[in-house]
Amino acid sequence: MTDGVGTEAPARGVDKAGIVIAALLAAVALVLVYDANQIPATTMYGMGPQVMPVVIAIGLGILALANLIDALRGNLPPRESSDPFAVLLILVGLALLIGIIGFGGGFILATTALFVTTSAAFGRRAFVMDLVIGAVLTTLIYVAFDRLLTLSLPAGPLERLL
Amino acid sequence: MDTFAALAHGMAIAAQPMNLLYALIGVFLGTAVGVLPGIGPALTVALLLPVTYKLDPGGSLIMFAGIYYGGMYGGSTTAILINTPGESASMATALEGNKMAKAGRGGPALATSAIGSFVAGTIATIGLAFLSPYLVDIAVRFGPEDYFALMCVAFITVSATFGDSPIRGLTSLFIGLTLGLVGIDKLTGQARLAFGVPELLDGVEVTTLAVGLFAVGEALYVASRRHHTEEKIEAIKGSLWMTREDWKRSWKPWLRGTMFGFPIGALPAGGAEIPTFLSYSTERRLTKYPDEFGKGAIEGVAGPEAANNASAAGTLVPLLTLGLPTSATAAMMLAGFQQYGLNPGPLLFAERPDLVWGLIASLFIANTMLLVLNLPLIGLWVRLLKIPTPWLYAGILVFATMGTIAAKPSVVELSMLAGFGVLGFLMRRFDFPIAPVVVGLILGPIAESQLRRALAISLGDPMTLLQSPISATLLVVALIALLAPFVLKGLGRFKANED
Repeated sequence: MTDGVGTEAPARGVDKAGIVIAALLAAVALVLVYDANQIPATTMYGMGPQVMPVVIAIGLGILALANLIDALRGNLPPRESSDPFAVLLILVGLALLIGIIGFGGGFILATTALFVTTSAAFGRRAFVMDLVIGAVLTTLIYVAFDRLLTLSLPAGPLERLL
Repeated sequence: MDTFAALAHGMAIAAQPMNLLYALIGVFLGTAVGVLPGIGPALTVALLLPVTYKLDPGGSLIMFAGIYYGGMYGGSTTAILINTPGESASMATALEGNKMAKAGRGGPALATSAIGSFVAGTIATIGLAFLSPYLVDIAVRFGPEDYFALMCVAFITVSATFGDSPIRGLTSLFIGLTLGLVGIDKLTGQARLAFGVPELLDGVEVTTLAVGLFAVGEALYVASRRHHTEEKIEAIKGSLWMTREDWKRSWKPWLRGTMFGFPIGALPAGGAEIPTFLSYSTERRLTKYPDEFGKGAIEGVAGPEAANNASAAGTLVPLLTLGLPTSATAAMMLAGFQQYGLNPGPLLFAERPDLVWGLIASLFIANTMLLVLNLPLIGLWVRLLKIPTPWLYAGILVFATMGTIAAKPSVVELSMLAGFGVLGFLMRRFDFPIAPVVVGLILGPIAESQLRRALAISLGDPMTLLQSPISATLLVVALIALLAPFVLKGLGRFKANED
């Protein structure tokens, strides 16, 4: 085997993302142990509620180690380049949705915001058009589910007009 | 003869006009959602769960049966026409099906997949109806320690044995198990991992997790690699119908696919990938037209599609008789039961036979409806496929968040949905399987309570797990299933070194 030939080269070597994954798993394991220690011990036969978290934490610890070894050996599957901007845009949309729902803006406004940002994340630049389509679609969903199927969706200023 | 009587009773329930309507709506919605690219049956069920909130359990489960089969059928349509299998079980279908569509034989490919699904689904549902009572008889003898051991087998086979990497599969499973701990412990009332947030005391909602991982995660992933893919929908040219030759070449693969699909689906072995690929390779070996394989051989669509559907009915066997979900879709079905406080298992057969047999009977009805509906409606499904990607994913996200908003319109719940979306994105990017997370979340708490019940009965003696012969055997099976991939990998490496 010669190094640096063909497509195999980038797969070898230390994978930094893999190390982060291993660290996160270890962190979750620590949180589990910490949380289990907060549970007051109960006197009952068999196992109390604090046992299973510790068992799972041990499992996560072992898996963190295994993932770390995989990362150090560069054994992770190859990844394609990705577009962080698109991901960010959808997350902004979700944040808007949560904010609007949280402040009582209602279902239609919230989901229209998500619709427009997602559509933009997929490369569309016709904001006004998407705004109209999103508003019509979410209004239809609201009417269908809130009025016809009697699910309760949060109402804001727009919903009260209907 | 009991089975016949029970099934006839179930048919009488399922054939009530209202229930027929529910089945029809379920089949229609299931296909419409399942046909959208990137949406597999598990997500179809998760997305449509809120639609059934307001129905009674019977009607809702019947609608579920329709959604389940409709979602599967929709998935294969997408696999054939645009070569984006929504799930790994449709990958074998996409291999030959998309080639057939490119060669202008999309019609017969869809037809053999629809009729094959019908044949396989019907045979497998008969299998389900006749096998279930026997399994229920065995299951009533299971003590809590045996259930715990059985769940260990399911955990291992779903996550480690059949995936690409046992380490990544087990990591996914343990993420799910961790999420399953969140909330109030049912036996003692102690809060775990709630960190003082009242919304977390109820635990993590399975639908929130599934929709976050599958829908939001998928949307983020597809958006992030938008510049890599270019999807092309194959137009359906020529006749929709199969020629006499097509029939002749299809019927044996249908039956063989069923023979692979049903038993493997019924074992707690997780997923339909294995039977579909077994069926594909068998058809490839047995065909009289070997040169057509890789260019669009109808056997390569007929067999795997039948295997896929038969294994879907097969996974209902452990789900209904033992309460054991062995795939993400089955886990979603279990969530559907749980929203009515119903726990599938031997007790449900005894206490609510009308519900169980009504569900089994509506599987037959849903299957027949699919066959009658889908071939004429294929033009409509193709039009759904033509929705531009930006609107498609924007719409999927709106619909996905709507489910959560309808169930719990709280900032915490929606933040969890977004968080699971990011988790799903990262897991896709780093190639961790998703299904074990869902199975871990839903099965973890059940396994824990069975174990604790077993230990309470034995006054804390863990040897009870080995003293019951059933439990001891199952734990050995779980251990073998855990070690097998490592041993086989070691053997493979040994061989590779020898070369």
